[in-house]
This record gives sequence, C-alpha cells and structure tokens, in this order.
Amino acid sequence: MADNNSKQPKSTSRREFLKNSGLTIGGLVVGGVLGGALIGKQKVEVEKVVEKPVNYNQALMYFNQEQFQITEAATERIFPKDELGPGAKELGVAFYIDHQLASPWGINAKDYMTGPFFKGEATQGMQSSMKRVEIFTVGLQGLTDYSKSKYSKKFTELSETEQDEVLKVFEEGKEYKLSGTTTKEFFSLLRSMTLEGAYADPMYGGNKDMQGWKMRNYPGTQMSYANIIDKDEFVKMEPKSLHDHMGH
Amino acid sequence: MSTKLPKVPVVLVGMGWTGGIIAAELTKAGIQVVGLERGKGRDTSDYFMAHDELRYAQRYEMMQDLSKETVTFRNNEKMRALPMRTYGSFLLGDGVGGSGSHWNGQYGRFLPYDFEIKSKTIERYGAKKIPAGMTIQDWGIKYDELEPYFVKYEHMAGISGEQEDNPMLGKKSKPYPTPPMKVTPTMKLFMDASKKLGYHPYVVASANLSEMYKNPDGIERAACQYCAYCERFGCEYGAKADPVVTVIPVAQKTGKLDLRTHSNVTRVLHDGKKATGVVYVNTLTGEEFEQPADMVILTSYVLNNVRLLLTSKLGKPYDPASGTGVVGKNYAYQTQSGKVTGFFDDKQFNLYAGAGSLGAEISDFNGDNFDHSDLNFIHGAGLRVFQYGARPIGSNNVPKGTPSWGKDFKQASIKYANSTITLATQGASMPWKHHFLDLDPTYKDAYGQPLLRMTFDWEDQDRELTKFLVGKSEEIMKEMGATIVDANKELKAYNITPYQSTHNTGGAIMGADPSTSVVNNYLQMWDAENVFVVGASAFGHNSGFNPTATVGALAYRAAEGILKYMKQGGQLV
Repeated sequence: MADNNSKQPKSTSRREFLKNSGLTIGGLVVGGVLGGALIGKQKVEVEKVVEKPVNYNQALMYFNQEQFQITEAATERIFPKDELGPGAKELGVAFYIDHQLASPWGINAKDYMTGPFFKGEATQGMQSSMKRVEIFTVGLQGLTDYSKSKYSKKFTELSETEQDEVLKVFEEGKEYKLSGTTTKEFFSLLRSMTLEGAYADPMYGGNKDMQGWKMRNYPGTQMSYANIIDKDEFVKMEPKSLHDHMGH
Repeated sequence: MSTKLPKVPVVLVGMGWTGGIIAAELTKAGIQVVGLERGKGRDTSDYFMAHDELRYAQRYEMMQDLSKETVTFRNNEKMRALPMRTYGSFLLGDGVGGSGSHWNGQYGRFLPYDFEIKSKTIERYGAKKIPAGMTIQDWGIKYDELEPYFVKYEHMAGISGEQEDNPMLGKKSKPYPTPPMKVTPTMKLFMDASKKLGYHPYVVASANLSEMYKNPDGIERAACQYCAYCERFGCEYGAKADPVVTVIPVAQKTGKLDLRTHSNVTRVLHDGKKATGVVYVNTLTGEEFEQPADMVILTSYVLNNVRLLLTSKLGKPYDPASGTGVVGKNYAYQTQSGKVTGFFDDKQFNLYAGAGSLGAEISDFNGDNFDHSDLNFIHGAGLRVFQYGARPIGSNNVPKGTPSWGKDFKQASIKYANSTITLATQGASMPWKHHFLDLDPTYKDAYGQPLLRMTFDWEDQDRELTKFLVGKSEEIMKEMGATIVDANKELKAYNITPYQSTHNTGGAIMGADPSTSVVNNYLQMWDAENVFVVGASAFGHNSGFNPTATVGALAYRAAEGILKYMKQGGQLV
C-alpha cells in the first residue's frame, strides 16, 4: 500500500468510496509465472463446483442474425485470433457493437444533428445527416452486395484473404459507393468499434473475461499505482473491472 | 414571458475555475453572489464508476452536449462554416466545475516574455520580425504585476512542483506549496537525455497533489494515487484540484453563494453603458428568468464568453476586413500536432499507470529563451513527456508503415502497448488578422441563439515552429535510446476532427488601449464598467504552456478588481 494512504484526511470521499465498495488496494502479482499458476489453479476448482454460467448479455438488441454474423466475421479480420490470444469473435466484439448501436450513441444523441447539411471540407469533420446505426446498417448491406457482385458469395462465405480484400476496398473508399455514406466512413466506424469492443470494460459486452486487457498486460481499473509508479521493473497484475467496484 | 427575479449585487455566468474563484473571493468578503451554471451539479461521489475509458474518454461523459450547443468552423473566410457535429479537436466542459473538473492539472505560468510579447520581440529583433497580419500585442500587464496572483492560485490549488526556480521560467516569489510528483522511468529517460544535450529539464508542476495538503481556506485534500484516470475524468479522490473540491465549497460555506444549476444564460441585459442583469433559461423546464444585477461577470469559458458578448451586442464586434473592433479578435489555439513517438524493443514500462499531470519538460525552446534571428517564427513550445496512463482503446501506437488493422496491427499494437514513449510539442499560437470569432449566420443552438463561428487555420509560423521543435524532440528521443523513432513534423491545414488541445484562447482580450482590447488588466470591460470577462478569452495570444495557471491568476486579479469596483466604481485603469 502507498505510503501516502496512511496520511489521507479522515473525511475524504476516497475513504467513503473504499468503504462503500468493499475494495482492497494492492494485491499485486509481481511476475507473470507465479500469477499464471495461481489463476490456473483457481479456475480448475471453480469449474468442479459450478456449472458454466450463462452470459445473459449475449443476445441482440439491434442486429438481425445475418447482420450479427457479418459483423462477427468482419471484426475478426480486423482483430484476429492469433498466438497472442483471442480475436474479436471470442472477445464478444459483435455483441458489443450491437449494444452500442442500440444505445444513445448509436443515434448520435449528443451530437449536433440539426440541418442544413452540406458536404464539408475534410477539415470540417463529420457532416452526414445519417446516424451511426444507419451508417453501420448500410455498410453491412454494402459488404453483402459487394461480395455477391465480386465473388458471387456472401461475405461470411468468403475466405479470409477474400474478406481482407473486401475490407481493404471499403477502407480505401474509392471502388464502391454506398447510399448516403461512404465505405470509408463505415470502415472507420467498424474499426474503432472493434477496438472498443476488444478493450472497453466487459460490462459493455466485449472484452470477454478481460481477455483483451490480459493480452496486453493492462490491469483494468486499479485504485492505486502509487507504490509502483516510479519502479523500473515491469509489474504485472491481475486485471480488475468495474464490476469489482460494486462490492457487497 | 420571463419571470423577473429580485435584483442581486453580482451574477456569475458559469461555475468552473474562474466563476468558482471569483465566487469564493467575493463571498468571503461578504458579498451575495448568484452563480448560474448551465450544466448539472457534481461532486466526487459521482465518480464511483469513473475508471471507465469508454464512457469518459471515448464518449465524453463530462463534456458539453453538442446536440444543444456547438461551434461552426471554417479554415478561412472563403469557406462555408459548418457545425462541429461531434468531438473533436477540443473538448468543452459542462456542469459545475466546467473544464476544471476534466482537466489534467498541468500547471505552467506564462513567461515574462508573453505579457510584453510585441515590445520584447521588436526590442530584440526589430519590427520586421513580426510578419504582416500577425496581430500580437502587449497584454497591458507585466509578469511581475501578475506574480502575486499566480502565488494565490498555487496555494489554493496546492500546486506540486520543483522547489528551485528553473532558469528557463519566470521567477517565483514563493516556492510551490507541495513537492513535485514522483519521477517515472520514462520521465527519467527524458530528463537524463535532455540534460546530456545541455538543456534544463524539470518535473512539470501539477495540480494532482503529490502529498496531502491543507490550503489557506482550510480545504484538505488527499494525495494522487497515480490511478491513470485523470484526463477527461473526474477525480474520485479529490486529489486533482477542481473547483468542486476547492473554491466552490469555500463559497458555499459562507452561505452567500446562490448556485443555480441547469441555468443557461442566453443574454446579458444592458442600457448601452452598463449591464443591468442577465436572461437565463432553466434547461430542464424551459422556463425563462430575468436576473437583474449590479454587476455581471462572464466566467463561461473562452467560446461562450465571446458568444454572449456578441449575442448581447456588448462591445464592438471585430471586423477582419478593416481590423477594427475588438470582440472576437485574436482567437488563438495551441500548436501541438507535431510529435515524436519512440518505440523501445527491449524495454517495458508501467505505462498503464499514470496521472494527468505526471511529466517532465524543457522550456529551453519556449518563449524567447533561444535566439530566433535566423528562424522564420517567433515564440516556441514546451517539449515534454507525460505518463497519463496508456488506456487500451486510446493507446494503440504502431511504427509508421504498420497496417492499421489485421494481424500485423494487432501484434505491433500489443507489442508496443507498454513500450512506447511520445514527446509532445506544446507550441505557442500567435494571433492573425484573419483568425477570429463571430456569430454564425445559419446555425443556432437549442435556445434559438446563433452559434459561434470560428475562422482559423495553421500559418507558416506554426509550420516552421513545428518543424524546428519536433526536430529537437527527435534528437532527444534518439538520445533516449528508442529502437524506432517516428517524427511527425508536417502541419497540414487545421482539422477540427482529431483531438489536439482544449486550449482555445482570445476573443475578448486584455490590453492597455480600448481600441485594441475588450477588457483592461482587471478584466473589466472598457465598454461596460460593471461587466468583467474572465478566462483565457483575455489572452492576446497563447503561449507554450497550459493555460490554467494564467487563467487562475487573472481570475484572482479580476476578483480583486470587482471588489475595488464595488467600493469606488468607474474604470479601474
């Protein structure tokens, strides 16, 4: 625990915060091998006693089945499974995207969406009257249509290399036109949402079991790094999510 | 149709740093103050779930709701200005605390050179050094006159910094009240390398407390835990100085602050000579109120201060064609698109940890600390390394040439997740005749008021400054031993999309002459003596430091001026 902690004023909100949420500070695991061994053991014991819990979050708020499958396939190409760890599919990124598109963010609730709308210069930013959920929906249809015209197959039926080729065309935004938006705009949304789904707190539906964070040794939300901030050696920790703050 | 309320001595428009400081100073002196804040109230208990990168850093939880109000933007007068529909180059604060709740807490006094920039530039290089169209001017106040007010802010906020004066910075009459933040290995690498190259590095002064601190008002705050959720977040510890945990509770304790949230001021009422009050809308119910007041103080951030003056027809609007008029003049920003990224193949740092103001800097190339005789720009930048906490959605640095998605991207972004250091260039931004703020002819806010229109672009001054200073950063990064050094030296047109800095300045600038400035050196309006316009709107240009130190000092000076005015009346200067 940080030296500074013992010198906190009595009535700070931090103390209340800790009390209310039942948090503990510290519990650092230094070094990956020991940490890994401990976790492995815990997992085995848990599996013996409890059946695999149902993840009620994994259902759809917006997508139909086909839209979900295309999203799952496309995001997996952007963030693929490899020797470092899971890809977008295993991390639940498509569920994350579905939930976000159904949220106030999906309908640009906090953006200035009053007209008149004009095509602006590149320096003037987003000027579309279409909402994110609409851009995404048109984009997914575009992936289907383009794949059919070029390969006579659905996007989900293409090989990985072919899927990459389609996504590259969409990223460049020159070859194929969409109605009301551009493939480039759609791709940029798809890419940023993929990274968000891999790395946002698991409560949003992606980053399953904090595996996105674990891959890059990101410890999630810890209450204090005061005791390691000036240390030379790299310190690995078991990540914590916002759920850990809820306490009892 | 609006409800007329009983008259009050002082009404403040906006309850961030400037409104909070003035509320505290006036109420301590026994004055009754009404504080109008368009957003909601907040305190540290609202930050229970603050460690949420998506909600706060990517979805801008604490920022102004752009569906209600934004700005329009164009690079030059030939373009049609269009609304900034989504964030954004800068992030506007909202709610009690304003930008002072979501800031990083980086603290740096402007240099003595800044306040006399025009005379000192001419004195050293001759009048020809200032290119045609660059509208720099002296601020009507000198560093030494403002120095005691810097000290006031530092002791209120508990600024943590090096106790010795750095030779590249202005002299301090009192050391910072708390010692500097801890030095991380990344900061140490930078400081060692720049020292070796003959520069004068220092740990950047910080409003994230390095240790527990009790300020002169009796406010006690906890030390920073380096939890890495600072910039764009509120601090659940109260360790980051924020109006909500410093000045506002002091004002509230006096019982003399009537703080009204969800109260959006749409107009300053006046009779052509003096203000008579304000009109505001309750944003929850839509009800309109008229609040008469003896004094009106605008403390609502740069952009809104200027917009309110223009919509209220207070002061003479700036005309870029003739260069006459003052309201909206000298809009400036922060030239900091240039940077150097170093990738370290053989080192891992604890980059997930950090704080908003945890960094080191050199000011050897800031202000006029170096000879500009053979350079095609004036002023300079702070060259700096910060450890904010590399959050995983926002920090996916890969070396140039790496694809931006797919397997190669995933592997490189993960490989360098804890092995990347960025050297930033916080460049000064000079004002130009053709950079200004006025009212947009087309677009309106949710209350029917015209949006503010911004006309701004990068100039050769910015391009030359960036090229030269990023070059210096590149040398430092090589000395630091990075395996791959990627430098970004080229400035294209100013683009409102990528985040750059929430250091907007100017538009209601201070000065010694009513024909070239909106306010005097107490931030009292030349054209309406009972109106004070407080904030970075008063900056004649923007320096190579974070603005809050100078904003805070000016707010303390304005508070003193307001009290003086209440006693004697008339123009204070």
